[in-house]
Amino acid sequence: MQLTRRDLLAMASAGMAATAFGALPALASMTDDEIAKITGGAELGEGALTVTAPEIAENGNTVPIEVSAPGAVMVAVFADGNPTPAVVSFKFGPLNPSHAAATRVRLAKTQNVVAIAQMEDGSFQKAQANVKVTIGGCGG
Amino acid sequence: MASGVKPRVKVPKTAAAGETITIKTLISHKMESGQRKDGDGNLIPRSIINRFVVDFNGQNVIDVTLEPAISTNPYFQFDATVPETGEFQFTWYDDDGSVYETAKPISVS
Repeated sequence: MQLTRRDLLAMASAGMAATAFGALPALASMTDDEIAKITGGAELGEGALTVTAPEIAENGNTVPIEVSAPGAVMVAVFADGNPTPAVVSFKFGPLNPSHAAATRVRLAKTQNVVAIAQMEDGSFQKAQANVKVTIGGCGG
Repeated sequence: MASGVKPRVKVPKTAAAGETITIKTLISHKMESGQRKDGDGNLIPRSIINRFVVDFNGQNVIDVTLEPAISTNPYFQFDATVPETGEFQFTWYDDDGSVYETAKPISVS
């Protein structure tokens, strides 16, 4: 069989599409698995929890993020495009009035930063921010 | 990796009773993620600080679990309530078992 240029292009783009669609849900579901481990599959609300992250991060090695969750006892942060989704988890003690914290994280590529907060009444909240990463931060 | 680790902490020296203050902390640490490879293609083993705890006079302020996705030289900023004169205790736990500690006194006027 003789391959025309058109055939090759069609095959190549089909292959790329398959990889793109194959890889993304896998990583996203890893994040979902991690979240389910914390929440036990409980319903995720919204409201008090906010995630602040830059819309565009030039350097994925150090992306400043901030979470704020009044009334939360614990906030866990995940990056759904990283090789390991877990990023950090904060437990707030009795002397913490604002239940907010800021840090710097590594992001491998453009992705969502997802935060899960466990509230004082045992319910869970979710918030996320999309960050476009120009240069990824996982070395290699 | 226990060399060259230097904690730096910014806490106001005085506060009013019950005042909310902002604390900034930074510790120099390379936070090797375990994902990078060296020149020969071998994985560089993970070596990070995995836990960071702040207490004030024995009461907890914040307890952070760190994963490899935290940047080199981990930085944290958070708020704390100061009920009385006392001391903030900062503790970092390294993967290799090292514990880095520092303390900052604060007086309530």
